[in-house]
Amino acid sequence: MSRIETRFQDLKAEGRAALVTFITAGDPDIATCQSILDRLPAAGADLIELGMPFTDPMADGPSIQLAAQRALAAGASLAATLEMVAAFRKTDNSTPIVLMGYYNPIHTWGAERFAVDAARAGVDGLVIVDLPPEEADELVPHLRAVGLDFIVLTTPTTDDVRLPAVLANASGFVYYVSIAGVTGTASASESAIEEAVSRIRRHTSLPICVGFGIRTPAQAAGVARLAEGAVVGSAIVQAIADTIGTPATVTAPLALVEELAAGVRAARR
Amino acid sequence: MLYWHPFTAQAHGKLMQSLNTYRAGPDERGHFGIFGGRYVAETLMPLILDVERSYAAAKADPAFEAEFRQLLAQYVGRPNPLYHARRLTEAFGGAKIFLKREDLNHTGAHKINNCIGQILLARRMGKKRIIAETGAGQHGVATATVCALFGMDCVIYMGATDIERQQPNVYRMKLLGAEVRPVQSGAATLKDAMNDALRDWVTNVHDTYYLIGTVAGPHPYPAMVRDFQSVIGDEVRAQILAQEGRLPDSLVACIGGGSNAMGLFHPFLDETGVRIIGVEAAGHGLDKAHAASLSGGRPGVLHGNRTYLLQDNDGQIAEAHSISAGLDYPGIGPEHAWLHETGRVEYVSVTDTEAVEAFQRCTRLEGIIPALESSHAIAYAGKIAASLPADHLMVISLSGRGDKDVATIARALGDIHLGGLV
Ligand SMILES: Cc1ncc(COP(=O)(O)O)c(C=O)c1O
Repeated sequence: MSRIETRFQDLKAEGRAALVTFITAGDPDIATCQSILDRLPAAGADLIELGMPFTDPMADGPSIQLAAQRALAAGASLAATLEMVAAFRKTDNSTPIVLMGYYNPIHTWGAERFAVDAARAGVDGLVIVDLPPEEADELVPHLRAVGLDFIVLTTPTTDDVRLPAVLANASGFVYYVSIAGVTGTASASESAIEEAVSRIRRHTSLPICVGFGIRTPAQAAGVARLAEGAVVGSAIVQAIADTIGTPATVTAPLALVEELAAGVRAARR
Repeated sequence: MLYWHPFTAQAHGKLMQSLNTYRAGPDERGHFGIFGGRYVAETLMPLILDVERSYAAAKADPAFEAEFRQLLAQYVGRPNPLYHARRLTEAFGGAKIFLKREDLNHTGAHKINNCIGQILLARRMGKKRIIAETGAGQHGVATATVCALFGMDCVIYMGATDIERQQPNVYRMKLLGAEVRPVQSGAATLKDAMNDALRDWVTNVHDTYYLIGTVAGPHPYPAMVRDFQSVIGDEVRAQILAQEGRLPDSLVACIGGGSNAMGLFHPFLDETGVRIIGVEAAGHGLDKAHAASLSGGRPGVLHGNRTYLLQDNDGQIAEAHSISAGLDYPGIGPEHAWLHETGRVEYVSVTDTEAVEAFQRCTRLEGIIPALESSHAIAYAGKIAASLPADHLMVISLSGRGDKDVATIARALGDIHLGGLV
């Protein structure tokens, strides 16, 4: 069984949802980011999304755009991202890591070779923002071949007619983008999320994680009552940005993750 | 005239199977060979499919075509002339030079052709808010113009660097009622403006139409923009037949994303006797900072399509450089990438310095101030014309007028005083 499957099964047994945390690989620099990454599970992250920095993050708001710029300026690259995962795996062999980003760096690496190298590094799945089902054929078979999950994004604009086609490629979990917009901006209402999640459930038995616009422990708890996971990105990335150059660059994001985890854990399902 | 040519099957896939023409693309998934496609966030996919369906319906509707043609004639001022440039011909000392006068269009460039087509589509789709990216500001002005004409809200994304070097156009857009949003990210040029336009679209997907200004972006934009711009080549064909009694021997056009070039080239792609040349911006030189994606880039995925891109070994997109804001983009439309790989079109490049020289030459010899973008095409024509016979008919796309560029030119020529004044 994959790490992702095992993790969701264990959480189900515990009767709670997952806290999924996002940071950008190499932000603010590779060493500091590794320290944060390695401590995320102890702070309460159940799954980790690691952003692959890209010069042109078209679906991201200012916080994550700037994180990618900081990482690239500090020498981050796709190779460095895989090295960070491999280093993480030396001490943690159970927390799933999903890489999230844009297709061009993977295209440059070569989809087939990248799938092999990512699996070897200890990656569990990929979320590629600009690879809709219409174009996913060029990557998904290579992921399947090495046991990596292709985590699909569904959005408020993905209607019932389209959902089956989108979900056809899905494995691991389904990522519901709860707003039409970029990361780190607006938040959806709980009732809108509830309606969307139950709509997606009619089409899949995979766990559903909800992201975009979740910033506070209370919001995370609200989502944790409705779905199998709450994804928090920009708020954590912003905690890094706000403390750059101080020792708190590591402790501030982790403190936020602890609070978010407390929120998620309090919301029993 | 149709003819067979040697495609490599692996590179061109499905489209190629039945192919004895260069004009059949894209396939139903928007691919030109391996290029093109729809690499966009899921939030946008349903809308993009809707744009595709709506455009297909519009294309089949004679009323849509009639309104488009009528606006081109009465509002844009088409057909514009195919002008025999006697003094440039003499100065170049060889081929007979013709200028296709897109600079005489309303708003001063070819960009308006596409904007008329897309605003009619946006209205058909019931959209009330239009967004666009712009580099030189020509597409921004053309978009603001059609929005004024149709009473739609208009937001233009423009890099802060470009706002600086294309001031007159920024003010024109504002006068026309558009909101110009400066983009600070990256090098603050066209690529960054396109990123922010896409971010706006994802956020306002319910009521907003993205009016892309060149033959790039996700399918159906490259094909749709090409179709609207093909009026350029269609007119050239009729005009040169009327004026010279035969087809041209060569076509030369500058390439930013490639819309004026594709508009001129497409109607001639299957004419084997016509040599076709696209001119990219070599900036400071191909070994330095430039904007020549085909000459100096390799295939990748950006802004919704697979095409040639300037990028590093990690797949990070490089900043382009051209003195001409309209060519300052690290990619190129996917159909050009395909025509490059098939060898049907030659792609070459011209430096900033060569373009500025050509700008001055055209201005002094013909009394026509060309856009800096178009000056790249003129410069390349000047390089090869002398080696061609006097009966060689060469058509250059004069894609726009250069009024917007006078401050940049003044600066480039070291005329600090004038550079500050205008
Ligand atoms: C006058 C002119 N020519 C050419 C271009 C380049 O665009 P394209 O390659 O799409 O024709 C621009 C873009 O702004 C322009 O303003």
